Amino acid sequence: MKKLESSLLNMVVVLTLVSVITGGLLAAVNSVTEGPIQEQKEKALADGIRAVMGAEDIKVTADDKVNSQVDGKDREYIIHRVANAAGEPIGVAVESASQGFSNDVKVLVGLDNEGTIKGYTILEHEETPGLGARAVDWFQAGQKGDIIGKQPSKGKLTVSKDGGQIDAITAATITSRAFLKAVNNAYEVYAGQNTDAQSGATKKN
Amino acid sequence: MKNYLNIIKNGIVTENPTFVLLLGMCPTLATTSSAINGMSMGLATMFVLICSNFVISCIKNITPDKVRIPVFVAVIASFVTILQMLIKAYLPAIDASLGIFIPLIVVNCIILGRAEAFACKNDPLSSIFDGIGIGIGFTLALTLLGAVRELLGTGKIFDFTLWSDDYGLLLFVLAPGAFITLGYLIAIVNKLKK
Amino acid sequence: MANKLIVSLSPHAHGTDSVEKNMYGVIIALLPALIVSFIYFGLGSAIVCCTSVLACVFFEWAITKFILKRERNTVCDGSAILTGLLLGFNLPSNLPIWIIIIGALVAIGIGKMTFGGLGCNPFNPALVGRAFLLVSFPVQMTTWPVAGQQGIGGYLDAQTGATPLAIMKEAIKSGDASVLDKLPDSLSLALGNPGQLGAGSLGEVCALALIIGGIYMIVRKIITWHIPVSILLTVFVFSGLMHLANPIYASPVDVLLSGGLMLGAIFMATDYVTSPMTKKGQLIYGVAIGVLTVAIRYFGAYPEGMSFAILIMNAFTPLINNYCKPKRYGEVVK
Repeated sequence: MKKLESSLLNMVVVLTLVSVITGGLLAAVNSVTEGPIQEQKEKALADGIRAVMGAEDIKVTADDKVNSQVDGKDREYIIHRVANAAGEPIGVAVESASQGFSNDVKVLVGLDNEGTIKGYTILEHEETPGLGARAVDWFQAGQKGDIIGKQPSKGKLTVSKDGGQIDAITAATITSRAFLKAVNNAYEVYAGQNTDAQSGATKKN
Repeated sequence: MKNYLNIIKNGIVTENPTFVLLLGMCPTLATTSSAINGMSMGLATMFVLICSNFVISCIKNITPDKVRIPVFVAVIASFVTILQMLIKAYLPAIDASLGIFIPLIVVNCIILGRAEAFACKNDPLSSIFDGIGIGIGFTLALTLLGAVRELLGTGKIFDFTLWSDDYGLLLFVLAPGAFITLGYLIAIVNKLKK
Repeated sequence: MANKLIVSLSPHAHGTDSVEKNMYGVIIALLPALIVSFIYFGLGSAIVCCTSVLACVFFEWAITKFILKRERNTVCDGSAILTGLLLGFNLPSNLPIWIIIIGALVAIGIGKMTFGGLGCNPFNPALVGRAFLLVSFPVQMTTWPVAGQQGIGGYLDAQTGATPLAIMKEAIKSGDASVLDKLPDSLSLALGNPGQLGAGSLGEVCALALIIGGIYMIVRKIITWHIPVSILLTVFVFSGLMHLANPIYASPVDVLLSGGLMLGAIFMATDYVTSPMTKKGQLIYGVAIGVLTVAIRYFGAYPEGMSFAILIMNAFTPLINNYCKPKRYGEVVK
């Protein structure tokens, strides 16, 4: 077969054809994968909530979004209200964030009905490996900076350097402060929501 | 058949994209913080390379010369997007670790380079073999780079712990470690080739 | 045979300068600081310095012999000893021995021999080693033992504390000038006073000992005054302006006397291989290091910016040399 000449008509026809075919192909693949992608996202969040609540058989009854201003930055907190299999509310999992060493540290904090910390997981961070990145394990149960079972209602959690009761990550005080701030804010947003007793409301600090 | 084996050998050894041609340095340096990441990136690139080489070789005669680059880019970009959607849907762990670097395969110069240098001049079957050869070469290089960095940086290989990560040299997991490791690997490859 | 006339290429007359003479001159100049570090950090200092020097010398010898396979081994020219000593001066006195050995391997292997040995290295080898260790072992490299601990306890189980630079950084981060009250006074920063000195690396606790070494080197014409003076002056002016603008930035005298500034300005930035050749080039180089150091200290992630500032300017040295070429003898002035 002879090679097609670069005339204007040929070029327009070929480019249009290629665009239509590739576009159609993408649309087809998209329609197949759309569902599974959404499922994966929901599964990742559900796994996170299950982990921080320390319970297997749970249901998320409501997702409240709360906007709050922290350090001059608008932040959105998402409160996932969690109920057990029988439908009784057992607490909340709050998505919270604060400025870490290099970028935002996003955490998911599990709180029971009394506001006691049940667990946490770090959803997103860009902290230095070996230093700030150790926050992923550092504050878990049995580790050096254990925060599980602490109650932010009885005073904010702070690192021992600032007169608090939590041991900061060695050589990563900034990340530790950021992490605890995110946890404190998560509790405050949750507590503020409960007294207001209205969901989806915008509250300014 | 011998001819096809030669094409594959060419991609892995003679024209190894990483150690000889020094192409596609962005994913090479950025995604090789562990062996498994390097290997996933290599395999993802190989998938796109084989598909795009084949399609471009098939349509080479109906593609007017003056618009060949836009056509190549459209073909490559579609395959990358398909790959990205598939990974997001079925391999979320790889999606989490490679993230932005999957869509960036579009601008990986190995793929456009092979389309331009090989696929648009050869028959579809040879182009597939070229894609396999270059793809394997790239995957091997990235896996090796990732393995060295992971081992020196964290004491693990493919998540198998050889020694405690207290003895890991953190620098090798970070960006400067990628440059240093790549430099020494190229030096060793050059030395062995002599 | 001995009184045969020897005909050789020009130049026919040469000075008595040699690599060995200069290297050992610098080592002599480092002795006061070395002695002070022995007094302040006791056995820990001796372990760190000896390990670092021995490891550097060993790697230099081994790489020249087994990898480069050169006939003449350059291990005796003193440059490896100097690199080892400077590397040791940059480390905390309780650093585990295996980390020091890795640092020495990186300094000599990656920093120097990869590029072909002495004279070919674009970066100061000791600083390459230090930067590598700082990034690789951030925890061990940023917990500094407090000066004045004697005996083996000072090495194995040292009490650690905040360096003056860490205090300055905290004042900036918190925006609270009263944090600076924790700093030792300027005189004890200069002389080193174990009682209230705080912590630091081996070579940064006594500015006076380093200045004595610097004066010795200038008098012996091992270095010229251009690089150290331009660095120190720039740092003084820059940090002075910052201090006047906002008191959360420490006073310029304290900034000059704390951290690795003196060590870097006098001993590291003046390395022949990695600094510009002409006087004009050296002044540009010095001013740029000064500005970068203060910028990293005040606005960067790390409390100390000296080593990174020198490494960055090492990379610019070929460019500076290109723009500040010495005039050729006999060239017509245009």
